Order: sequence, then C-alpha cells, then structure tokens
Amino acid sequence: MARTLTVPGSYDRLEQVCQFVAQAAESAGLDEGQSSHCQLAVDEACTNIIEHGYGGEHLGQIWLTCEAEPGELTITIRDTARPFDPNSVPEPNLSAPLDEMRIGGLGLFFMRQVMDAVEFSSDSAGNTLVLVKRRDSAKGDA
Amino acid sequence: MQIATQDSGAVSVVAVSGRVDSSTAPDLENALKKLVDAEKTQIVLDLLNVEYMSSAGLRAMVSTLKSVKRVNGDLRVANPSPRVEEVLRLAGLTSIFAIYRSREEAVGSF
Repeated sequence: MARTLTVPGSYDRLEQVCQFVAQAAESAGLDEGQSSHCQLAVDEACTNIIEHGYGGEHLGQIWLTCEAEPGELTITIRDTARPFDPNSVPEPNLSAPLDEMRIGGLGLFFMRQVMDAVEFSSDSAGNTLVLVKRRDSAKGDA
Repeated sequence: MQIATQDSGAVSVVAVSGRVDSSTAPDLENALKKLVDAEKTQIVLDLLNVEYMSSAGLRAMVSTLKSVKRVNGDLRVANPSPRVEEVLRLAGLTSIFAIYRSREEAVGSF
C-alpha cells in the first residue's frame, strides 16, 4: 500500500517525516532497528534537499511516498530544487585527525551505509531519490 | 529537544533530551558554544534521554570537541542509547569521543 506525505522544506517537519516513515516501516514488517535506519536516511535526505537543494528553509516542498510490501519498504522523495549530482559530494574524511576532520557529506554517507538501495535521478521536473530497505538486509549492522 | 546544564565541580554537565536533528542541533551547538566562550571546556554531554540523533547533532558535537581540544579541554559522552551509539559508530566517531556508561563515571574521568 502506498502512502504519501507532502511537507514544506523546513527542518521542523523532520519529526513528522520520521513518524510517517516509521508507520510505513511497521507496515512492511521491518524491525525497530531497520525502521531507525529508514528514518535516519530520510531525515538526512530531506535535510540535504532543504540545505543544499533549495538553499534554505521554506523555499520549496518535499513529496514523500512510502510503498510497504511484506519485508520491503521503498521510499521515494521528490523535490523541485536544482539538479543534484551525488558524485559531486565528497566523502567525509572520518579517519582523519580531529583538526582535519570534515564531517560534511555525512548524510549521504549514512544513507548508503544503512539502506539497501539509494538511487538518485533528475529530470526537468526535479530530483527523485529512491531508498529501499529490506527486512533480511544486514546493512548498517555492526 | 531540551537542554539542562549544571556544574559538577570543574565539569559542566549538559543533559539533552528528545530529538537532535537539523531543527534542534543549532540550539545544542549554541548551548555548548556558550560554555566554551565562558572557558568551561571540561564538558560531559549526557545523552540518556536522547531518542534520536542525525548527522546534524554529530556536527555540533564534533565542532565543540574541536574547540575544547584546542584549549586542552574535552567533550565526553555519557549514557548514549543504543540508537545514538549506533549513529556514532556508523560515523566512525566512537574512537574520537570518550564514551561512559554513566554521568558519574564521565564526570569522574576528568
């Protein structure tokens, strides 16, 4: 079953977005840890859209769709910000000495660590990000 | 998110509760910056009641850690929930922050 949520691009909506994702994760039969991963990934994605895509809060909307199937959750996030190229984001250098540590890029890093699929695409209508989490996944486990 | 700060000897204990995300992390960073500006650079961040933290919270923590380390202070973490500790681990930050199982242990480590 697909559920949709549209929110203005503002950080105070992240909690609502996480609750929306948590409900869908439960419908898909994901466990609490897997639900946390989905919430983290979607929070980071929406934060990046607001901060880097729209260039600030209240400058555009974010459209979310969750499709829950037994054992699998697919989350689609759309925006109308400028085209996003994930290859343009440098990886955080987390093994560097503290003074040289760059923690930017951590959001995308997290998404790739905890989700089974992270796919970005852009067209004239905007950007689409598809995130997939599977119940039998070991992604993000220690 | 709520923040309560109290002194325990020379150590400042910052107890945070609720969600630390992009909406609330700036408040956490400001609260920590106030301590650093007041030359209170031995800080324990008690995360017992933090139910959720995203990379925005980690940025605030790393930024503060850099500031206090420059003046021989430290930011030490107490009571992270399994969920928060996982985020620290995913980011590779468990080796950067000293993490303690209780507030008393963290305060006593200074």
